[in-house]
Amino acid sequence: MSEATTLTDPIISAHSRVPEMSIADVELPKETVGDITADHPTMTTRNVDVFYADKHAIIDVSLDIGRNEVVAMIGPSGCGKSTFLRCLNRMNDTIDICRVTGDIKLEGDDIYSKDMDVVLLRARVGMVFQKPNPFPKSIFENVAYGPRIHGLARDKTELEEIVHQSLERAGLLNEVKDRLDQPGTGLSGGQQQRLCIARTIAVNPDVILMDEPCSALDPIATARIEDLIDELKQNYSIAIVTHSMQQAARVSQRTAYFHLGHLVEVGATDQIFTNPRTKLTEDYITGRFG
Amino acid sequence: MSSANIVSNMSNSEKVTAAAGRPAIADKVRESLGKRYRAEQRFQLYGIIAITMAILFLGFLFASIISRGISAFQATYVNLEINFDESVIDPDGGRDPEVLHKASYRGVLRQSLQDLFPEASGRSERRALLALISNGAEFQLRDLVVENPELIGTRQNVWLLAAAEVDSVVKGQVDLDLDESQRRMSDQQVGWINQLQNDDRVERRFNTTLFTNGDSRDPEQAGLRVALLGSFYTLLVTLALSFPIGVAAAVYLEEFAPKNKWTDLIEVNINNLAAVPSIVFGLLGLAVFINLFGMPRSAPLVGGLVLTLMTLPTIIIASRAALKSVPPSIREAALGVGASQTQTVTHHVLPLAMPGMLTGTIIGMAQALGETAPLLMIGMIAFIVDPPSGVTDPATVLPVQIYLWADSPERGFVAKTSAAIMVLLGFLILMNAIAVLLRKRFERRW
Ligand SMILES: Nc1ncnc2c1ncn2[C@@H]1O[C@H](COP(=O)(O)OP(=O)(O)OP(=O)(O)O)[C@@H](O)[C@H]1O
Ligand SMILES: [Mg+2]
Repeated sequence: MSEATTLTDPIISAHSRVPEMSIADVELPKETVGDITADHPTMTTRNVDVFYADKHAIIDVSLDIGRNEVVAMIGPSGCGKSTFLRCLNRMNDTIDICRVTGDIKLEGDDIYSKDMDVVLLRARVGMVFQKPNPFPKSIFENVAYGPRIHGLARDKTELEEIVHQSLERAGLLNEVKDRLDQPGTGLSGGQQQRLCIARTIAVNPDVILMDEPCSALDPIATARIEDLIDELKQNYSIAIVTHSMQQAARVSQRTAYFHLGHLVEVGATDQIFTNPRTKLTEDYITGRFG
Repeated sequence: MSSANIVSNMSNSEKVTAAAGRPAIADKVRESLGKRYRAEQRFQLYGIIAITMAILFLGFLFASIISRGISAFQATYVNLEINFDESVIDPDGGRDPEVLHKASYRGVLRQSLQDLFPEASGRSERRALLALISNGAEFQLRDLVVENPELIGTRQNVWLLAAAEVDSVVKGQVDLDLDESQRRMSDQQVGWINQLQNDDRVERRFNTTLFTNGDSRDPEQAGLRVALLGSFYTLLVTLALSFPIGVAAAVYLEEFAPKNKWTDLIEVNINNLAAVPSIVFGLLGLAVFINLFGMPRSAPLVGGLVLTLMTLPTIIIASRAALKSVPPSIREAALGVGASQTQTVTHHVLPLAMPGMLTGTIIGMAQALGETAPLLMIGMIAFIVDPPSGVTDPATVLPVQIYLWADSPERGFVAKTSAAIMVLLGFLILMNAIAVLLRKRFERRW
């Protein structure tokens, strides 16, 4: 009874309305603005649609991810960044109600075709998740797991070398080299995330997908990961989802702005942040969406 | 009600500043605080009362069982000077084991008793004298002689198991003020017992018979051997079947099966199975395993199969809960580096879920250990003296043995029943302790 009075009370409801702009109010552009292609694409996606049961989560998105570049994906919460990223290594397969259509290619091979083995695909397209998720095993085992299941090392010394190299490249070796046998879950959040990056690059993938890799970290740990991403792009193609405009500006060469499942604008990162060509992008990067 | 009033008051007098409205709310809150704290205290009190009651009942239960059963862990022995008379045991002097085996040791025993109490001369007096010693004593003497034939022709002091009535008298469980006709031991027999006691020929020792003998009509000779072995074999069969099947079913349903109508139906039915009365499983076992498949009656094999049906739902439900509690991030991590679904499950999910699965299994096993009704249906209630040597030999189980003893009229079985309950409870506590330890030992580390 009390609820009803409160809700129908006109003064209350008028009072509680947020006078800000809602993301649903704006009109979406028909097509993506900007150049979706990359010079040397590792992955190409064309006309990708994703449905969660009836919900159309990604609508006709096309985007390339080029060699040795970092593509940042930005956009309001719930716009489908993670969904799109997870299409690139078929992580969406694990969700029963999820259906992906369109054309996604890795080095020219259709990753959703019958010939593509999903295990092989995920070895070639690694992923780093939002929350650091090391296995509850030793640091060594965490990094060695990928190479071991894929048979990348012929013997123990080779495996050790891969582990050391990966930790080194993830900038973690110095901190953990004396305690490789201790649980990876005992590291700090930032160290755990670098461990997860080491675990990913131990398999030597072509592409690394990162879904808000720094959102659980403090600024110092974030800075270290950003430096790392900058270094890693010399060897890998990287797609990163981030909520931090500054981070996108710092680490990426190209930026894609997503909105309600649409890819609104793609362009060089400098251009997107200094001179966006659509109103939506401008509103978002100037912080007009809550 | 009151909060709604506060809110609408607030909005109607919106011109009044928030600062003015606040103390009013604080007052209202303060007013209700006392009531809330009182409610909280009342709630705590109810909880404490409930727990106290539970502890009281439990204490009462344990106290009554232990006070009644503890005496059964001791047995009374009588020391007699036995005359291994060659003319009775082996008149031919051939020392043929066959002959030694068949000799009348009851006669030997009767003679030795009479030597001790020459005044007992009549037929009924002699029988009363023999009744002091357990029926099993003659077999004890037989085994002694068969193993050591050199005893023949000598006199030896031998400790023999006393009859259950003597045991009761020695333990002071018989009211000797009662009229002679109202008790099993006559005044004369009590006199003999006292005389034996005065000669230091009576002793109470730890009752090993309780664990080494099978069932018997004589309380002093009855033991749990058959029931313990039967329970062991039955649980072995149950564990060997229900753990792998239960875990496999849980893993398949949780990790591999598509979520659709069929799996929903299966899930509902597993939950239903967990609620089926166990006697129904017993009837099923009787109809299917014994009548249809022709498996032996009273056998731990069939008991184990029936209990498997009964514990499977428990194990499946516990295992699924354990699998569900493994964070999805671990699965994503494994899949993300290219592990296949099976590798993800076997390398990462199963090890993390194992403690929960084991706990569920042990609890299921503890349930199975205490189960009686379905085993009655498949004939595990038979009177069995010889210990089973495998899963197909007839046997009984602990709770059924308790039921059988509780049903026996002899006073010696009263203590025996409680002692058997103590043994059963001991195993149950042990199993639950293992479950707790496992949980502690593999405490989640992520
Ligand atoms: N497993 C799922 N089942 C159903 N709908 C989902 C599922 N995952 C995501 N969605 C929906 O798809 C849309 C896109 O979600 P997604 O997680 O990709 O957004 P996002 O851009 O990553 O958001 P955020 O920045 O908050 O992480 C959302 O509307 C969300 O509700
Ligand atoms: Mg996301």
